[in-house]
Amino acid sequence: MASTFDTVANIISETCDIEREKITPDSHAIDDLGIDSLDFLDIAFAIDKAFGIKLPLEQWTQEVNDGKATTEQYFVLKNLSARIDELIAAKGAPA
Amino acid sequence: MRLEYFLLIDRIVDLNLDDQTIRTEATVPTASTIFEGHFPGYPLMPGVLLIETMAQTSGWLLIALRKFTRMPFFAAVKEAKLRTFVTPGQVLAVTAKLVHDGSGFARTEAEIRHDGKLVCDAELTFRLIAFPNPEFRVSMEKVAAQIAFPLEAMADG
Repeated sequence: MASTFDTVANIISETCDIEREKITPDSHAIDDLGIDSLDFLDIAFAIDKAFGIKLPLEQWTQEVNDGKATTEQYFVLKNLSARIDELIAAKGAPA
Repeated sequence: MRLEYFLLIDRIVDLNLDDQTIRTEATVPTASTIFEGHFPGYPLMPGVLLIETMAQTSGWLLIALRKFTRMPFFAAVKEAKLRTFVTPGQVLAVTAKLVHDGSGFARTEAEIRHDGKLVCDAELTFRLIAFPNPEFRVSMEKVAAQIAFPLEAMADG
């Protein structure tokens, strides 16, 4: 079974036509891979579908704009993958 | 359709929040300056305006689903197919359904039919953003009233 990072990296590679080898856990989606906000909507769509979650992009954007979080916390791929794992775990947790 | 005001749908025929679908109707005007250029002696509804018609229909669905708390801004179109010519005077039946409700964005599938025949279809993506000012929302509510949008169902918004 592919890791969360591998799935995310494959989605980014296919969605944005970026060579898979250039995408690493330390890659920053915006600063290193040059993904813009519109392309990230396609990535978020694919991630939501692949993992059955809803990336809270509005909340993340607000936190970054308010200075409560950095883009690295959400858009460095190892961190993004960790956030996805948390969302998956939260989805499976009893209410 | 009031092409000069970029109001491309005439009325909402059905809005189903449970199924996340909408149906609208739009009649192509018999005369418009657009047809003087597109094309002289052979008037055709421009494909980009058909796509906009699908976008506006999708937009009203998204406004309804968010109970007038977010304004959808057209962001992307995929798999658009313009299958037949549309000519002045034709009555178009437009449908859209939500296929993904993301955080701050949404995707729909929409199509237009004339006399039951598929005219065009596309996948549309929208950014969903809070109304940038109260006046904008009020103006959208006025348009909503003109096209039989069920404002009374938006009481939560």
